[in-house]
Amino acid sequence: MNSSLISLEVSVIAIGLVLMLADFFVPAERRRFICYFGIVALGALLLINLSGNGNCDIQGTAFNGAYINDGLAIFFKRFFMIAAILVLFIAAEFADKLAAGAVAEYYSLIVFALAGMLFAASSNDFAMLFVSIELITITFYVLVSFQRSKIASLEAGVKYLILGALSSAFLIFGIALIWGTTGELNFTKLAAVAPQFETSKIFLLGVLLVLVGLGFKIAAFPFQIWAPDVYQGAPTPTTAFLAVGSKAAGFVLLLRVLFTALPTVTMHWEKLLIVISAITILWGNLCALPQRNLKRMLGYSSIAHAGYLLLGVAALNASGQAAILYYLAGYLFTTLAAFLVIAVVLRHLDNTDVSGLAGLSRRSPLLAATMTISMVSLAGIPPLAGFFGKFLLLKSVVEAAKATHGHETAYYWLVAIALTGVVISIYYYFNVVRAIFWSKDTEDLSPIQLSAPAKLTACVCIAGIFWLGLFPNTVLNLAQQAVAVAVQ
Amino acid sequence: MSILTYIAGWPLLAALALVVVPRNYRVIIRGIAILATAISAGLAIKMFCQFVPGSDGFQFVEQHTWVESLGISYHVGVDGLNVGLILMGAIVGFASTLCAFEIQSREKEFYILLLTMIGGILAAFASLDLFFFYFLHELALVPTFIMIGIWGRGEKKNYATFQITLYLSIGALIALIGLIALYVQSGANSFDIPKIAEQLKANPMSVNAQHYIFPLLLFGFGILVSLWPFHSWAPLGYAVAPSPTSMMHAGVLKKFGLYGLIRIALPLMPQAAHSWMNILAWLCVGNILYVGWVAMRQKDLNLLIGNSSVAHMGFIFLGIASLNLIGVTGAVLIMIAHGFLAALTFALTGYIYRQTGTLQMSELGGLCRKLPFIGTALLMAAMAGCGLPGFANFVGEATVFFGAWSQPSLHVITVIGLWGALVIGGVYMTRAIRTVLHGPLPEKWNTLTDANFWRKLPYALLLASLFVFGIWPRLLTEKINPDVAKIVAVYQPVLAVSAPVNTLQKTAAHKTDSAAGSAANEQLAIVNK
Repeated sequence: MNSSLISLEVSVIAIGLVLMLADFFVPAERRRFICYFGIVALGALLLINLSGNGNCDIQGTAFNGAYINDGLAIFFKRFFMIAAILVLFIAAEFADKLAAGAVAEYYSLIVFALAGMLFAASSNDFAMLFVSIELITITFYVLVSFQRSKIASLEAGVKYLILGALSSAFLIFGIALIWGTTGELNFTKLAAVAPQFETSKIFLLGVLLVLVGLGFKIAAFPFQIWAPDVYQGAPTPTTAFLAVGSKAAGFVLLLRVLFTALPTVTMHWEKLLIVISAITILWGNLCALPQRNLKRMLGYSSIAHAGYLLLGVAALNASGQAAILYYLAGYLFTTLAAFLVIAVVLRHLDNTDVSGLAGLSRRSPLLAATMTISMVSLAGIPPLAGFFGKFLLLKSVVEAAKATHGHETAYYWLVAIALTGVVISIYYYFNVVRAIFWSKDTEDLSPIQLSAPAKLTACVCIAGIFWLGLFPNTVLNLAQQAVAVAVQ
Repeated sequence: MSILTYIAGWPLLAALALVVVPRNYRVIIRGIAILATAISAGLAIKMFCQFVPGSDGFQFVEQHTWVESLGISYHVGVDGLNVGLILMGAIVGFASTLCAFEIQSREKEFYILLLTMIGGILAAFASLDLFFFYFLHELALVPTFIMIGIWGRGEKKNYATFQITLYLSIGALIALIGLIALYVQSGANSFDIPKIAEQLKANPMSVNAQHYIFPLLLFGFGILVSLWPFHSWAPLGYAVAPSPTSMMHAGVLKKFGLYGLIRIALPLMPQAAHSWMNILAWLCVGNILYVGWVAMRQKDLNLLIGNSSVAHMGFIFLGIASLNLIGVTGAVLIMIAHGFLAALTFALTGYIYRQTGTLQMSELGGLCRKLPFIGTALLMAAMAGCGLPGFANFVGEATVFFGAWSQPSLHVITVIGLWGALVIGGVYMTRAIRTVLHGPLPEKWNTLTDANFWRKLPYALLLASLFVFGIWPRLLTEKINPDVAKIVAVYQPVLAVSAPVNTLQKTAAHKTDSAAGSAANEQLAIVNK
């Protein structure tokens, strides 16, 4: 056993504890600096990780193969670290709206959720999978309902708690069935024995229930009901982390379960995956269409994006899985850019309606540009990250259509539905752009004061969106290497 | 670096530079934009003169790997098909930047978007990589939507913005799927157009695959070019857009779909192209006759011109549908000629709108007295639009009709098309001229002033281009011909096999074919003189 592999997770948990304890020693008006300390500490860890020093990129397994550090895990760990740092920046801007005196708790919970995501990226065993998911979900119960004085936040928390607990129940039941039939929890060992159980109905039911549990995490149809309410009610930084981190954690586990643990079963389920992907895309986009509330609209659009990501799963090929990784990387910067603007601009308003952005182009050109670039990238228009991600996903589905026997038509329909979804989404994303630039229904044209860290975050997000759109080579190569080793 | 990179690069670089120029330095902003497009136009003229007609392969080639694992590279080059288009695009880009004086608010953003549009589309025309081909066009397309949304005119602005955005996005996405499918089916593992062509020459694509990819490209590109019945975005969009935007879009961007059909769809999928061409030919009747009819009923000058520009696309489609040397050459000629013409007319109506605040023809009249230069230029543009000899449009339209006539299955459509061109086009153009330029001058227009020297420059430049290529079309045809010949050469065996005749009849048919061909060639020679 090589327990030095988990040094990254241990350090992150230590940072979380320090943030929590710092609450006792830092005076109330300086609490913002607790957040900046967290950012600096996580940033240092990320730099060490990226530079290849330390133990972060040693490949290997630990804890009897339950924990694995491979290309896929390293890719996602870097992803989660970047996401958490940017979310902490957003949280620092949003701090005055959180329950007073408890902001340090909020920051440390974000870091604990990050630890859960890091474990999820490395889990190679159903027990590990369940524990890491619970670590993420339970911290999110608190994060979602953190604005205790706001009824909407509490409502969102209760909804997330009930549906989250339900999905955990499905998940644990499924794991029990799989373990009961096969006697294995480890993904690698399961892959070896799974073909014998392909006819066992109980085993297949177990797999299905595990997929239900993961479907809740990524908000795929028909388990997407919670997303809009929770997105709308939760504090904006929580929503941002939920949209990016929690969804990505769901996808890395989905990739592990479908393609590492049960590749032979998955190969027979292409129809199911195609149908789920298609309905998720349509559902998310159609429901987003009439929304006036920005956070709710992004909630539905995140369902739609889960659908696009499922295209790569349904394609059942390596290019599809690489496309998922690439798409998530673009989605990270794009979504966090949008939530940064929401957090800064709309936090003083009663509701988070699109109309609150009216006149933003005069009030703060930088924020207007950030939001516009984010929306245009979500709509999948070049030269931004969203375009290249969608291009890769669509390409993988067309390749699947060529390779498959008997499902060509289904794949072509899937492409057609994805295109329909994209066109619908252009309408509601451009509505936001219209509100920013040429809506006239506002009197408030006071300039918005931006703190230096917020400016930095906006610039990082914009740079990330353009970088992934214009120079895809580096990240694409990483993504391809990651899936090549992890997924058979 | 290739000269093509500079032609497209200067406007893009200027767009980037403008980001850091403070917004109250209006003269500097405008100066940078005009300078960059002027350099680009100058370089394009130089490139056009240096081009060696009929040489093998592409010229001014430059290639850099971009994404190795997917086989995407930045690859530019020109042959006869796109050399004229790039020249036209650069000149129209320069002219539209000169015409942007009409923009009075948020000038900085406008020039950034306009320069992005110009650079993007020039690079798209030069691109020899499927991915960049699409990518750069989309880069040029998105500013259109924003420009119409922010600087558009009239009450229907919001509606028009969303209509054109959704319509063109659908078209572009359908074409994207077609291009991806082409990449996957070709098996070349590369987005490089010459490489895909080579690969498909060695192992032709299955007819089945061709039959589903070709319609994707045909209708995807077709929507972008306003092929009937997918044209309704165009007239309204152009009427609402600020004039530099409609100049660039109607003149240059719209030609992208046609260029894509000729560059990609025709040579790579010959069997499918051949069987879809009949349908295309009938659809273009919709463009020529139906939209021409609609144009006759318009009361707004810009809507009339927008509809007539859609009608002109019909001639280009007819040329493509004829699938022979003369027809396709003519199609490329009209693409270039119509680019200058559409830019000229929208620039002129933009000037009139700026002066009068309306383009309702019933409110205008007698403008020639107050605006002699603008009026005369509009008259010439209208005459060029109905195909008067001496302008480049006549050359293209005549060539297309010769080409279409030599294809026996297109006789009926050719006759219909001629009617559309000569009669319907003549009716609405002359009527528009009569109501707008002649007759009594309403009191309120007594204060109008004609363009001064600098404002005349873009109009003069576009008119001169129309004249030069109208009087001396050889400049273009000698370049276009050899490369079109390579494309249509694919169709000789296809046409021969598809005709259900025995050997004897086939030879006879061949004889008549070649006879028709040589007759048409003579006509082409006459036109060239």
